[in-house]
Amino acid sequence: MTTLLNVKDLRAYYGQVQALHGLSFSLNEGSLTTLLGANGAGKTTTLRAICNMVRSTGAVEFEGKPLNNRATENIVRFGIAHVPQGRGTFTNMTVEENLQLGAITRKDNSGIVSDIERMYAHFPVLKQRHTQQAGTLSGGEQQMLAVARALMLRPRLMLLDEPSFGLAPLVVRDLFGILGKINREDKVTILVVEQNAQLALELADQAYVIETGRIVMSGNAKDIAKNEDIRKSYLGY
Amino acid sequence: MELFTNQILAGIATGAIYACMALAVVMIYQAIDHLNFAQGEMAMFATFISWQLMQWGVPYWGAFVITLVLSFLGGIAIERILFKPLAKAPILTNVAGFIALFAIINSCAGLIWDFTIKQYPTPFGSAPFLGSQLISTHQAGMIGVTLLLLIGLFFFFQYTRIGLAMRAAAALPESARLVGINTSWMIALGWGMASAIGAIAGMLIAPVVFLEPNMMGGVLIYGFAAAVLGGLTSPFGAVIGGFLMGIFENLAGTYIPGVGNELKLPIALALIISVLVVKPAGLFGRHIVKRV
Repeated sequence: MTTLLNVKDLRAYYGQVQALHGLSFSLNEGSLTTLLGANGAGKTTTLRAICNMVRSTGAVEFEGKPLNNRATENIVRFGIAHVPQGRGTFTNMTVEENLQLGAITRKDNSGIVSDIERMYAHFPVLKQRHTQQAGTLSGGEQQMLAVARALMLRPRLMLLDEPSFGLAPLVVRDLFGILGKINREDKVTILVVEQNAQLALELADQAYVIETGRIVMSGNAKDIAKNEDIRKSYLGY
Repeated sequence: MELFTNQILAGIATGAIYACMALAVVMIYQAIDHLNFAQGEMAMFATFISWQLMQWGVPYWGAFVITLVLSFLGGIAIERILFKPLAKAPILTNVAGFIALFAIINSCAGLIWDFTIKQYPTPFGSAPFLGSQLISTHQAGMIGVTLLLLIGLFFFFQYTRIGLAMRAAAALPESARLVGINTSWMIALGWGMASAIGAIAGMLIAPVVFLEPNMMGGVLIYGFAAAVLGGLTSPFGAVIGGFLMGIFENLAGTYIPGVGNELKLPIALALIISVLVVKPAGLFGRHIVKRV
């Protein structure tokens, strides 16, 4: 299996405060990996550092090409779609405009049109609401829209920051089912940051656990889910 | 009754200019969260450039188009050189920057073209429009050009990818960058467009107020009043505010005893303050909630 994303000794800073203390991990192409940890462990910062949205040092390589020192908007052009915390929905634009924005770096107009139709097939509720302002959608629908917007890039790698946040348990199950399908059928590599460890471990094949900016555990998701000690000390369930 | 209709139509004509200025102000406000106090001076300088071109023998519409292009590039240059470095600076630093820009442009215009009042031509003539005494052809031209501009801008922002990208960058810069939009250049583009829109306003109003370095002072205050009235967060509101301002100005000057020409400007300022007190978001703006 080839490595798609390789992160080595990643350190990130907010002003004087260091938030990541030398994180190293890698994602295999086609894998679905989850990054777990408590509040403030550095999960979001890790995603932000990959996309260069926070001051950081260390190496981030995508297919062997370094991403450091590239502007956030150019990192997208490698095929890395980042759904940020809070979903980043353009709430005062229509659902369809949100999808078009996901594909704003693409030049193939006919491909974009057919991809929008594909998203409507994936998420029928978005088709019903395609002229509606995105801000009027429910939380679950907005999360579907955020995932669909990310897919409009035809990404190689998708970074998701707490997609389950604020959603009802049933909606989360639905959403995770869709993520698994995207991973299997569209061959998109996914890195999902979660606080809902139980569900994330069911979905993922790889898992990393971080605490105060360091990776404290890594391995097969099923093994980590089975390990009582890890569960009790880091994942809290 | 004829006086009333006449005042309304004349109000719509000057209102078109206020609408352009308000729109230019709102575009920059949307992009960088600051009011461009130098918007009027930029428009005045552009109008002088077009006048100079005509003095050199360029026909009106040729000078018009060349001026638009130069204004567009000039707006981008001002953003890149002066305001991009100030992007993360405190509000007061930016305000100082705008005031400096105001003073620099005003003085340079005076230095190059001196402060005497100059005639500025109109391509529409000043005969009665369609034989009616209600409105002149130049006033009709002001309204017509503004409407064309507004329709063009509407299609640009609603139906082109770059327009969509500019809206996204103004609404949510971080999300915009995450879909691959170069927000920094979108801001520069917004400056260029605002500068060109201001230039149109300047060239259309110059035959009415005459050309001189201080010609846009009053116009910009009305433009600000229009933008505040319509809502600084709403380009549509700014345009409506502009037309309302123009009509209001004329009706107040005609029908409220004692207002006349002298008190027209204080009325605009009074309107700004009233709107800020009663409905701070303006007619069409939305409330901005900021977490502290």
